[in-house]
Amino acid sequence: MTDTATRQDGPGPVLRLQDLHVHYEVRTGQGFGQVPLKAVDGVDLQIRPGECLGLVGESGCGKSSLAQAVMGLVPATSGVIELDGRTDWDRSAATRLARARTVQMVFQDPFSSLNPRQSIATSLGGPLRLHGVTNRSERADRVAEMLRKVGLNPDAARRYPHEFSGGQRQRICIARALIVDPKLVVCDEPVSALDVSIRAQIINLLLQLKDELGVALLMISHDLGVVEHMSDRIAVMYLGRIVEEGAWNAIFSDPAHPYTRTLISAIPDPERADIGHERLRGEAPSALAPPPGCAFHPRCTQAFAPCREGAVPAFTRLAEDHRARCHLLTKDTESR
Amino acid sequence: MLRQLRRPNLAVGGGIVVLLIIIAVFAPLIAPHDPIHDANLMYAGEPPSTAFWLGTDDQGRDIFSRIVYGARIALTVGLLVEMMNAAIGIALGLSAGYFGGWWDEFVQGLTNVMLAVPTIVFALALMAVMGPGIPSLLVALGLTDWAYSCRISRAQVLSMKSSPFIQAARTMGYGPGHIMLRELLPNIAGPLIVVATMGVGSAIMAEASLSFLGLGVVPPAPSWGSMLAGAREQLIVAPWIAVFPGLAIFVTVLGFNLLGDGLRDLLDPQGRSRR
Repeated sequence: MTDTATRQDGPGPVLRLQDLHVHYEVRTGQGFGQVPLKAVDGVDLQIRPGECLGLVGESGCGKSSLAQAVMGLVPATSGVIELDGRTDWDRSAATRLARARTVQMVFQDPFSSLNPRQSIATSLGGPLRLHGVTNRSERADRVAEMLRKVGLNPDAARRYPHEFSGGQRQRICIARALIVDPKLVVCDEPVSALDVSIRAQIINLLLQLKDELGVALLMISHDLGVVEHMSDRIAVMYLGRIVEEGAWNAIFSDPAHPYTRTLISAIPDPERADIGHERLRGEAPSALAPPPGCAFHPRCTQAFAPCREGAVPAFTRLAEDHRARCHLLTKDTESR
Repeated sequence: MLRQLRRPNLAVGGGIVVLLIIIAVFAPLIAPHDPIHDANLMYAGEPPSTAFWLGTDDQGRDIFSRIVYGARIALTVGLLVEMMNAAIGIALGLSAGYFGGWWDEFVQGLTNVMLAVPTIVFALALMAVMGPGIPSLLVALGLTDWAYSCRISRAQVLSMKSSPFIQAARTMGYGPGHIMLRELLPNIAGPLIVVATMGVGSAIMAEASLSFLGLGVVPPAPSWGSMLAGAREQLIVAPWIAVFPGLAIFVTVLGFNLLGDGLRDLLDPQGRSRR
């Protein structure tokens, strides 16, 4: 389980998840019992400084729960969340501030992620004051500088959120996330609420800021096409588990897991028409009652007996930086 | 902003409240007689006339002057009581909604008890312990009528606390105090202002009721409630002694309720027919 696809060289990872579980207690409506919903069910993941990891999966696969656990918005049921080498995250104010300076978040909906009663100057300057910039004019300068960096006019500071379009608001949210100079920014579907014409701009902005500021990104999306062009590595999540993880070119040139292949073939791209479209059959199974064996087997075209009856497939190491969980990869050694 | 005056509730309610405030502030200039010391049994029970616009009471005091000075007591008690109620209700409701858990259960239980027992009964019990007078009136009413503010603020917080901008504030490292007062409160202020405005009306009503029962403002201070109480025996022979203070209470409470209604329409145009 601890075998990760990441090489250990240079500075330590900015984020390291080890066997992370996030379970919710859910009332089923049958009897009085509560059933654990395993939103995140044993995830190991690392992000190196300045790296962009794309986390892809259908809605309901647990990617947002993972993000919320990293941010400390939901408690992890078990497992280790190591941010910048630190794992002890209690509820004290000092810890809260230290965590905020390590990791920040950009939310999906730019319309509800800014306080409608606060000017942009307050939304961006308040965090600076909270994190120790006491000089008022220094705060104003840094707010103006950050607004310029995200491609907005510094005059925007005087205005209120309702005066901006969705794309502009997402730029403001990015500015707010970056203003405390974090080492990692978690972007939870940052463009899925935006017009298609705006998406590329926001993605390019994130990439440019990543290079300029050296910040690491965790890009979460249900759309492999969104993370395709910006991720150094990609992790594919299915029903609470990472099913394939690897470098960008490994995932796209040599996808090992049938689910990854389906996701890739779902990207609308005329040049890849030769792959042929593998359509996903059916709905994702409920995380309340995950299928036995490989959780993907009811929808997998290549499923065979061990997928249905065997254990959850373990990671198979395919290359130095590429691993996947699929019984097909170990078919020869298992069944013969 | 002037266009809003076309809304009849807001215009009428606001007009009444503004007029009341003017009357209360300039009472000495408006009242033709001293409300307490101009008692003269020679003129006891006079009907309305040019000398005594609304007549005189059983001790010969000018009813108009007493109503004018009574506005001071009514407004002061109403506003102070509602400020206390709103402070308690909002503090409990905000924290219960935000923190949840056992604190929420406790606050909700307390709120249900306050709602189940009529406010006036609670206040009566407290007044019986502390004795009559304006200070104990403020305490008794100020501690008992916060249930609506509490419920509304809790409900608003529940609907808003999972908003991304609240989560953003949490991930920014802000503590619960900042999030409740700076992020949540300004965004739920609209409905709370409405509840508080109507609360002023009911606080004035409660003050009049307690004074009527002899537990509130101590005579001879001119409270509308105690004026009503003193008028009971003359109801048949001198109805004006009871009618005009009663009208004053009626118009004042109506004014605050209309203002609250109008403010709701103004602040929340979509939920016009709620509550």
